[in-house]
This record gives sequence, structure tokens and C-alpha cells, in this order.
Amino acid sequence: MTAGLNHLIIAPILIPFFAGALMLLYDDRQRRTKLLISLGSALALLLTAIELLNRAKGSALSGGNDIGFYLLGDWAMPFGIVLVIDRLSAMMLVLTALLALPALVYAAAGWNRQGQHFHSMFQFLLMGLNGAFLTGDLFNLFVFFEVLLAASYGMLLHGSGQLRIRAGLHYIAVNLAASLLFLIGVSMIYGVTGTLNMAHLSNLVPLLPESERPLLHAAAVLMGLAFLIKAGIWPLSFWLSTAYMAAAAPVAAIFAIMTKVGVYVVLRLSMLMFGASAGASAGFGAYLLLGGGMATVIFGFIGVLASQGLGRMAAHLVLVSSGTLLSVTGFALMGGGSAMLGGALFYMLASTLATSALFLLIEPMSREEGGIAALLALTADAYGLDEKEEDSQPETGLAIPGTLTVLGLSFGICLLVLAGLPPLPGFIGKVAILRGVMASEALPAGLGWAFVALMLVSGLATLIGLVRIGIQTFWASDGVVPRVLALEIAPVLVLCAMIVLLSVRADDALRYMRATAEALYRPTIYAEGVLRAPRVVSSPTPAPAPSPPAKPAAQAPSSAAAPAPAPATPAPSAPNGEVQP
Amino acid sequence: MEIVLSTAIGILTASGVWLLLRPRTFQVIIGLCLLSYAVNIFIFSMGRLTPGAPPIMPKGGFINPAAYADPLPQALVLTAIVISFATTALFLVVMIASRGVTGTDHVDGKERDE
Repeated sequence: MTAGLNHLIIAPILIPFFAGALMLLYDDRQRRTKLLISLGSALALLLTAIELLNRAKGSALSGGNDIGFYLLGDWAMPFGIVLVIDRLSAMMLVLTALLALPALVYAAAGWNRQGQHFHSMFQFLLMGLNGAFLTGDLFNLFVFFEVLLAASYGMLLHGSGQLRIRAGLHYIAVNLAASLLFLIGVSMIYGVTGTLNMAHLSNLVPLLPESERPLLHAAAVLMGLAFLIKAGIWPLSFWLSTAYMAAAAPVAAIFAIMTKVGVYVVLRLSMLMFGASAGASAGFGAYLLLGGGMATVIFGFIGVLASQGLGRMAAHLVLVSSGTLLSVTGFALMGGGSAMLGGALFYMLASTLATSALFLLIEPMSREEGGIAALLALTADAYGLDEKEEDSQPETGLAIPGTLTVLGLSFGICLLVLAGLPPLPGFIGKVAILRGVMASEALPAGLGWAFVALMLVSGLATLIGLVRIGIQTFWASDGVVPRVLALEIAPVLVLCAMIVLLSVRADDALRYMRATAEALYRPTIYAEGVLRAPRVVSSPTPAPAPSPPAKPAAQAPSSAAAPAPAPATPAPSAPNGEVQP
Repeated sequence: MEIVLSTAIGILTASGVWLLLRPRTFQVIIGLCLLSYAVNIFIFSMGRLTPGAPPIMPKGGFINPAAYADPLPQALVLTAIVISFATTALFLVVMIASRGVTGTDHVDGKERDE
């Protein structure tokens, strides 16, 4: 990797930032210009992400897990801020870009007219998402989370209306409280270990003195709560279904990845901090994640069965998907093996694409007075909600023929993926997970079987719930065909095509995922790689070697415990290695 | 000094949590403000309390790091203050919109007995 090309790593943050800021200058009526800028930015993001993915796949170096770095301000590690691109984050970047493009096209059919600054907020959301996937230290993770949350607050309210404002109020209050937990956790981790760098942290955890360990665990739990709220783990997920249901269709489609940000961070941090090499902390929180994840799956599929409307059902399907992933993360912490984790990553890709497509389908499917609309009215009565607000749009543009057939086929594809039926990737992912769970000897057998049963039951519940809605919409409808614009159905078809492609190329994808999972199991690859990150301008004194920097900071907690009023960390003094406390 | 600081954090947090659980939006936002003050002081305290020690070393420094306060938590607090200020302002806007649309300041948009 040459120095110039290295700058590409920061592009996924800068592209949407500049695009979003640029669009603020345009008047809101210049929709075409804004749309073009927005689409251009999303396309550039996709290309960048694919290029980064290609690089992260790497050569044989470090076991085929090339890690790219970007040292902001060219400070030596671990003192500066670093962006890291490895297989996992590259994959998440590609997934984000893949969801962004269809959502934007869909919004062009009318949603971007329903409120102000839709495209700017969309770009800032992408910036926050990409930043959260790329960052290599905890405080920047917080900052990017706030960026994406602030944008998501605006986007959830997009289109306005009473239902959205009420859902938005709850969503914002919950997330503000979660952010405060996040801050407490981050600052406690700094207080205990003296670092915020994830790689450095990963090296320090095994070396912590026993007296400090409970504090670290408390900090990890507090911080984890913030991510688990985003991921929608069971007792913390009651805000999710209303918020996702209330969101405008293209907003909900990109929100499909927001729960996955929570899952991504939990996976990344728990594998780095509490992986097998973490000494006394190894496997910390595994049972919590497993129990919470399984409870989420149960809550999710009961919600699917109980839902009257497709919107609420889709929101509960998001919960099933993230519950599955959280349980697998729990298994992974117990040493479940990379085959299972790789399958879970594959499942994540497939289920995110499918839920996103489903969210885009909801609005066209329930547009005309039909089975769904009546059901929705019923739901509204039952829940004391007001009339579903006016979604009608100016009827311009090309309407597609055979609407019901196209809608029905796309719906069927989403259904097959989410219920985990062959031949689509939901099935492949689930089989890989289940086979991994059953083959692994590190897992308690009873738990493994309970998880297998839960997976199958949740698949069945998903099938029942979605088929019920499908029959009411496509077979039992009273002949009124909704008028759907080509611009609205095209993004859904693209998402479905991606799902099919994922199924066709499942072998390649699974191989990539398995290698990703293997890299996650060896946090030293990540940690050593980050700490060895080369600076562009070499410093007068050599940058600290990968293992020595771990030592001075590892002594920090003990020195901080000493009565001397010494600063907690050697951070201010050590950059040039001249003073060692 | 430690006892004063921890008492302050404790009182702010307790009041904040209590207010956060109240049914009126105004109480919720005041609760969030108090909580964010508590968190900001907490972050500050995580850099250890060193009275009278400046966080920035003189140029060509590296004299005795023990005589200086840890600057990182102070930088973190500044960032956290700015972010929580901005998000609270945003929440205030949504709160006012909710009051305007629903005609009530209950967090659920309707009084309990309706």
C-alpha cells in the first residue's frame, strides 16, 4: 500500500461529509441537483468500499488479513487517532453503501419531497455509520455514534406527523440516555487502563491486575448496554418497533443497518477485549449476550406472530435477526469456532438486505384500500393510534404493469431469506450457524440444542407471519391493484437481485466470512497490526515497537493506585519514549 | 475533595434518573441535562483529581509528568459537553413539536386517562 492510496481509508467519511455539507447550500427546491449529488456520493462510497474490501482481503500477509490504517495527524500509535480497515469493517462499509443506493433511489419517487434536508441528513447518517465502522478508538466511536444518531433523529422525523413525532421523542430520549451510559463506560475504561485505543486495550486486558478487573468489567457492561440498546436486545428494545414502523420507507430501509452497528461494535469489542487471549477476562459477558440474544429472538418471533401490520412485523424481524447475531456472538466468546461465526456474518448480510427490501415493500403493498389497509386500521384502533397518515404522493412517473406479480415475487424472496428457506442465503447462513454450533465441542450441549430449536421455531414463526400477510395482500385482495411507480419497485428488485447473487456466489462469500471470523478469533492480528502502523514521516526517535508500548501503560493502573498524585497514564510523557514513569 | 465530587455526581445522577422517569417532557429534558452534567464531572474525575496542576506542559516540556494533570479527560469532557448540548437542543425542538401537534406535554402524546 503506497502512502497516497492510503488516504482512501478516510474517503468513506469525507465523501458523505462534503456531499451533505454541499447540499445544505442548495435550496430545498433544487431536488434534482441534490439527488444527483446524493447518488453520486453513494456511488463513490460503494466503489471506495469495494476497493477497500479488495485490499482488506489482502495477500498472504498476516494470514490473508491485511489491515489498513490511517493515522490522523500522523501521530505515533497508540497515542494518535487511527482509522482501521480490516475484513469486517470493509464488509460493513460495502453493506452500508449497498443499502444506501436503493434507499436513495426509492426516496426520489417522492419521499424526499416530504420534508427538508432529506439528502443532507442521509449523507450525515452514512458518514456516522462509516466512521463507526472504521474508527480504531473508543472515543471516536462515541463521536461517530452521535453523528449517526443526530442524523437519524432528523430522518426518523422526516415526513412529520403525530405518530412520527411521538416515536421520535421516545427514540431520542432512549438514545440520549444510552449515549450517557456509553460515556460513563468509555471514561471508566480510560480510568482503568489509560488508553482508548481498541488495539492497545486488547493488549492491556490480559495484563491488568486483579484488583482493577471488576472495574473494567463494569465499564465494559455499561458501554455494552449502549450498543445493545442500539442492537435492540430484549429488555431494551421496546422503542424499536414503533420507531421503525413510524419511519418513512427509505428511512426504515437504511435504519435496517442501524441495529447492525450495535451488533458490529459488540462483536468487535468483545472479541478484542474478551477473546480467548484475554487471560482472566476471557469469555466475559458470553452468557449475558447468549441469554439476551435468545430472549430477543423469542420476543421478536412472538412479535411477528402478534403483529397485524407488515410494518410492525418487519420491525420485529429486525429483532429476530439481531437477536440471532447476538446469541452467536455469545457462542463465539465461548469459543464456538470460526465456521459458526462466519455463517452468522453471512446471515447478517442476507437478513439486512432482506429487511431493507421488506421495509421498501411495505408502503407500495399497503397503498390501496385492501386487506392490509383494513388490517392497519384495525391495528391503529387496537393500539389507540391515529389514522395512518397521508402517504399519498403526486401521481407522476411511470407506473409498472403487473404490479402485484412483481411485488409478490419480491415479497416472496424476502420471505424465503428471513424464514431461512432454501435456496436463498438466509438458509445457507442459518445452516452454517447451526452446523457450527452443533459441531463445536467448546459449547455446552444443552445450550447448543436450545439455540438450534429456537432458530427453527423462529424461522417457522417468520414463515407463518409473513405468509399470512402475503395471502391477504396478493391472493385475497379485492382486485384493486395499487399503482406503483417503477422508481419505487426498481430499488426493491435491485436488493432482491443482490440477495440472489449472494446465494449464487455463496461459496465465495462464505469463504470471505470464514476468514473474517478467523481474524476475529485472533485479536493479536488486529492489535499488532494497529500498533505497528507505519507513520508517513518517521519521527526522530523510533516509534515504539508493538509489544513495548503495552508495558508502560500496563503498569499505569498500578502506579495510579499508588498514593503519589501521579497522572493516571504515561500518555502525556511517553510519545517520544523519553520519560517513563 | 473526592467526597464532595462523588456526592455531587451522586446527587445529580439520582435527580436526573428520577426526572427522566417522570411523565412530562420538560421533566425528561431537565433529567437528561442533569445526567449529562453528572457524566461530564465523572469523565473529568477519571483523569484523577490533581488540584492546582495545569494540563498543558510548557514548550520543550517533559519535566515531571506527575506535576501535570491528565489532559485527555479534559479534552473528552469538552467534546462530550458540545455533543450533549447539541443533542439536547435537538430534543427540545422535538419536544416543542410534540407539544404543538398533540396539545399535551405528556411523553406519550396523550394523558393517561384519555
